Amino acid sequence: MELDPTETFRQEAAELLDSLELALLDLSQTPQDRELIDTAFRALHTIKGSGAMFGFEQVAAFTHDFETAFDLIRKGEIEANRDIVSVALAAKDYIRALIEDPSSTDAIIGEAILDDLKRFVSVPDAPGAASSAAPAAGVATNQTGWRIGIAYEPDILRNGTNPLALLDDLRALGPCAVLANLDNVPELDALDPETCLVTWDVLLTSDCGVDAIEDVFMFVRDEMKLTIEPVLADGGLLEEALPPEAIVMAPPAAAAVAPKAAPAPEPVTEKVEFNRRAEDKTSTVRVQAERLDELMDRVGELVIAQARLSQLAHSGSDIAIKAIAEEIERLASGLRDSTMGVRMVPMGSLFGRFRRLVHDLSRDLAKPVEFVTVGEDTELDKTMIERLADPLVHLIRNAIDHGIEGPEQRAGTAKDATGRIELAARYVGAQVLVTVTDDGAGLDAARIRAKAEEQGLLAPGAAMSDQDIYQFLFHPGFSTAKTISTLSGRGVGMDVVKRTIESLRGSIELSTRPGNGTTVTLRLPLTLAIIEGLLTRVGDGRYIIPLSAVEECVELTAADDARARGRNFLNVRGDLVPFLRLRDLFDAEGEADQHQKIIITSKGDTRIGLVVDQIIGSHQTVIKSLSKLHADVTMFSGATILGDGSAALILDVAQLVTLGQAKAESEKPAEAA
Amino acid sequence: MDAIQTQAGAAVADAMQVVMVGLGSEIFALEAGLVREIIDPVPTTKVAGARAFLPSLINVRGNVVPLADIRVRFGMPHRPETADTRIVVIDIEIDGDPVTVGIIADKVYEVTEISRAQTQQTPRLGMHWKPEFVHFITKWNDEFVIVPNMEQILN
Repeated sequence: MELDPTETFRQEAAELLDSLELALLDLSQTPQDRELIDTAFRALHTIKGSGAMFGFEQVAAFTHDFETAFDLIRKGEIEANRDIVSVALAAKDYIRALIEDPSSTDAIIGEAILDDLKRFVSVPDAPGAASSAAPAAGVATNQTGWRIGIAYEPDILRNGTNPLALLDDLRALGPCAVLANLDNVPELDALDPETCLVTWDVLLTSDCGVDAIEDVFMFVRDEMKLTIEPVLADGGLLEEALPPEAIVMAPPAAAAVAPKAAPAPEPVTEKVEFNRRAEDKTSTVRVQAERLDELMDRVGELVIAQARLSQLAHSGSDIAIKAIAEEIERLASGLRDSTMGVRMVPMGSLFGRFRRLVHDLSRDLAKPVEFVTVGEDTELDKTMIERLADPLVHLIRNAIDHGIEGPEQRAGTAKDATGRIELAARYVGAQVLVTVTDDGAGLDAARIRAKAEEQGLLAPGAAMSDQDIYQFLFHPGFSTAKTISTLSGRGVGMDVVKRTIESLRGSIELSTRPGNGTTVTLRLPLTLAIIEGLLTRVGDGRYIIPLSAVEECVELTAADDARARGRNFLNVRGDLVPFLRLRDLFDAEGEADQHQKIIITSKGDTRIGLVVDQIIGSHQTVIKSLSKLHADVTMFSGATILGDGSAALILDVAQLVTLGQAKAESEKPAEAA
Repeated sequence: MDAIQTQAGAAVADAMQVVMVGLGSEIFALEAGLVREIIDPVPTTKVAGARAFLPSLINVRGNVVPLADIRVRFGMPHRPETADTRIVVIDIEIDGDPVTVGIIADKVYEVTEISRAQTQQTPRLGMHWKPEFVHFITKWNDEFVIVPNMEQILN
């Protein structure tokens, strides 16, 4: 399979731009953090370099100018501030646009951004500022050449790189004086001829830019330490550059460009170091998501085949086969766990995206907001993370637009003028809880109620708990925003959020403390592909109930059964739990078992019992989604393949709970009557 | 409209590779390109709450595939499984998404070629089926065969 190099660049650039954005946003909070500045600078630099390599000239040119301006911040001449970060973010967006769809961008926009950037980064009271921002090409006016330090990694030769050929390439740029440093080369008998311990100092006389030199080493940059310093006409570095015994291989003209002036301690205007490798000690491999999906499918099939083997082995009496079946079961579950682990991505990758959103919203709405994230290292299935992005955008927007009050209102309370939004993720059992908390005014039950009555969703004056009233927020087309802003108030959102979360087999809960804010909690399963299920039998059909929804299993005693004839409620330790007879629901044939079982399942705070004929046991369930043709089927969320090769349906507990509740509601008045 | 369809059909290609399938007392010609495989009957899993012509699920090479009984769509009586019963697994596109579905066939005859040139106009009368279920009707071995529109039947 041939990978399109341009596509690879796009992917790489997208990631670099993300890390640039993060660094910029962090920078607006801690303007002096050297590491952040360096991260941002490195990202810019790599985009520029690989952009040029893959023919994205516009990107390279723009990024170069961006980088030049940013370099002043890097050198500490000016300090990053909110204005600079805002412009830098705009510049970042422009680079993204240039990469993704150059035709949609206009060079004028780019120039305007650069002008802004230059304006912000100019040092007001330093006369040299203008000139230090001016040399866009990276060449100082009085500069005559470059001093280049080259130190390869010792094993560079093994990769087939010829260091001398690279020196020849440098010579193509202009006359060179090369000094080989043999200090690290050991005695002959200790010398490994396959290592390169020689380092070089090169004095290049040329008016080329630093880019031209970098380009020479483009393919070995990761495997070397390259230092490039300009040599100035008034001597500067040149005098000390090469000791007298330097092996001068350049034509005598080289000497002419270095007049013997007194060495003036000129500040080094540009010093670029490449030492990226030192940063990640743990090496990573970039894999296409489809390949991971394919791997997961294969593992899923393996788990199914293994279940069949186990069933077969246990029904026979061959001990050797049983041993192998057990061994394979162990291997398959290990493989399953590690494959799922590969698909896990830390939530931080998702959280990062929202910082920009909060930054922009807080500016647009003039509500200062502090955005706090907790639990970035909580891991979740990659597909799930991708599908969570949109719902979380909605929730965060809601929190800023509706939740957090304006600064004037906040001033009237004991709260800090700056609002606070916390996005947190944590593990709870086999679930991940993602919460969005704001410290705003909280939900206004009375207003939601009024709106619900106005829309005819609720009879005026009907008794209803606040918690139930909040549920109207999830109703399609329901919005209490008095005015429609660009952000919210259109009434689309919460219902879509709810649907998306439920399609991920998760649930959403709202809680609020009037005057102190609102918390939206998303409960999500760890993975979409495989779940622990409870295998049950109803009639002659077998069904899987997701174990995460199961609270307990009790027997439906004959007495209960008889008593329950008229009403479908069960007394579970004092709580009245409605139950559904799956036999009736699924039109099961044949006689019911004598000892039917009730599986108590829950969704949020509501519980419901499901009556089955038999509980077979727990089952590793590889979820297969139902065909589009069965989109109208509501009681099942998917299917799986059992050990004997037949298909079994997975119950959609959320739907059954709703169904059971509706049934219970309809029976209540009858009972009261 | 039928005339236009016939004309267009004749212009594209006269011959068409089909799988001859017996359903009830009729013979259907399924376009061979749609057919993925023909398998012997396998255990089925009933889907409660599904539409009557999509009553169950089967396992086809590790994939859960709906099993369609299109006899229901044509108002044919239910027939018990016989030694001739087969499942024809076809790949079709529904609203732009690829969908794999198994179809119960009372008998599978052969893979053959039919000619579009012999296409008969779908009669408006004398047919108790919905006209959109039928692409066209043609002749094979002096018998009328129906070329069904599977997308319409299953949707």
